[in-house]
Amino acid sequence: MRSLVSTLRDLWKDPMGRIGIIGIFLLIFMAVFAGQLAPYPYDGIGMKFQPPSAEHLFGTDKFGRDVFSRVLYGAGVSLEVGIIAVGIGAGFGYLLGLVAGYFEGWTDRVIMCLMDILFAFPSILLAIFISAVLGKGIGPTMVAIGIVNIPVFCRTVRAAVISAKGLEYVKNAQSVGVRTWPILVRHISPNVVAPFTVQATLALSGAILTEATLSFLGMGIQPPDPSWGSMLAEARANMARSPWTALFPLLFIVVTILVFNILGDALRDVLDPKLKV
Amino acid sequence: MRNYIIRRLLQLLPVLLGISIVIFAVLRLIPGGFASGMLGIDATPELIAQVEARYGLDQPAVTQYLRWMGGVLRGDFGQSFRSGAAILPEMLDRFGATAELTILAALISWCIALPLGILAAVKRNSMVDRVVRVAALLGVSIPGFALSILVILLLSMVFNYYPPLDYVGFFADPVKNLEIMALPALILGASMSGSVMRMTRSSVLEIFRQDFVKTVRAKGASEGVTIVRHVLRNALIPIVTLVGMQIGSLLGGAVVIEQIFSLPGLGLMTLTGINNRDYPVVQGCVLFIAFIYVLVNLIVDLLYAYIDPRISYD
Repeated sequence: MRSLVSTLRDLWKDPMGRIGIIGIFLLIFMAVFAGQLAPYPYDGIGMKFQPPSAEHLFGTDKFGRDVFSRVLYGAGVSLEVGIIAVGIGAGFGYLLGLVAGYFEGWTDRVIMCLMDILFAFPSILLAIFISAVLGKGIGPTMVAIGIVNIPVFCRTVRAAVISAKGLEYVKNAQSVGVRTWPILVRHISPNVVAPFTVQATLALSGAILTEATLSFLGMGIQPPDPSWGSMLAEARANMARSPWTALFPLLFIVVTILVFNILGDALRDVLDPKLKV
Repeated sequence: MRNYIIRRLLQLLPVLLGISIVIFAVLRLIPGGFASGMLGIDATPELIAQVEARYGLDQPAVTQYLRWMGGVLRGDFGQSFRSGAAILPEMLDRFGATAELTILAALISWCIALPLGILAAVKRNSMVDRVVRVAALLGVSIPGFALSILVILLLSMVFNYYPPLDYVGFFADPVKNLEIMALPALILGASMSGSVMRMTRSSVLEIFRQDFVKTVRAKGASEGVTIVRHVLRNALIPIVTLVGMQIGSLLGGAVVIEQIFSLPGLGLMTLTGINNRDYPVVQGCVLFIAFIYVLVNLIVDLLYAYIDPRISYD
């Protein structure tokens, strides 16, 4: 298994990987230090619809809130929701995929039937549906997006486990009587790390997009909490009059997804060179 | 082939049954049931009980489920709690709008993505390749709804143009309908084309490496014949899989575009149903969407055999 340091070193050698790492570092920096970087509180009210100026870099919205400050705080919300949602999806997906792939038979069939049920919905519709059940706000949005992500991780891990099970050393471990869990954790899991990590990076951009979409539809993060999606929804009615209220959150949504996709691609090239074309 | 189709359709039954149970149960977990949602601040326990009795919501859950499922099996999806209208005709009507949007978007994305993806592969590592790759990455990273807002913003600011909001069906007035559909379909198509372009490029590159392509070239076939008849056909399977998944998910999941452009589609019908706690509407729509989704997957599987004669389901 590759060490984290060697993966990062290879990633840094690739120009795209470098762009991805720097972009994500900047995003994390924005999110962590939003309180220090933002000139105003995210819900501070002032003059409405002020265009971008030295005082308000990205202008103000319909309540007179500083768009720049809200975009900065919004980075924290997006990353928090994205990371925890992918954590939930990846954690449960990993466990279910490991069990389904290793045990096969009925266990596999039941787990995969459940995954098929979740997979039979377009992901945004499933997220809307779960959000309606769990309620609105940051916590329920994270869980809803997390559940949507379970099947794709489960399938990725299951496929990797099934192919790893056929390897000689796993068969040897089984034949000398190593118990199931040590085989799963020590011998099979390392084979799952590469596809799993690539999937997680790509899922992060998907989760951030889903959060923005849910909030845009009014089903996710609720105002005054700053979310890029809900900022866009609020900006829609006055878009022609104050385009900056829509343009900046939109720009940050696109750049964030772009950065994660660039990193995901570069990571795939490093971890799974067979897929590089 | 026929046996395979029958077997696959039979395999769908437990999944659809599971979906129907999950959807039925989960809907009833949504806080604030239909009755209290409809009555709003006037809701008293007596009024809620009256409304629930009227719609059969006071019955045990199993009875409600069996009654609904019995209706569905007879082709009757029930009536909307809110409007009282029959659900199936409205669902089919809405599906028409969504299907039209999806098909137009898919056609547009193929027109953009297939030639550019092939061109990028043929001219690998050239300037063209780099431009296509960046465009594809942008296409993958700019979500449809963000692109919609950006385009509407630009059109309104530069040309003072606002997309029409009064939807007209294709059969009522084809010209007006296409006028309304053009912008959302173009945006959705452009958005879809990013991933198709990437898949086409990598898939064509992979086939280019194979020995039979060298043989075809050695036999003197022109580059056009080599690419279209030999390379593209072999590269199509992963592209068709991706496009099938995209179409399947758009048939129910184009909800945001439908909302932005006020298109009366299936996704929007489901979203409104969820917001109104209109159980029969949501149950019907979700079951229908799931059915279409798995059906599209089945069609994709069948297409494999058509594209690649080595794949046989007999």
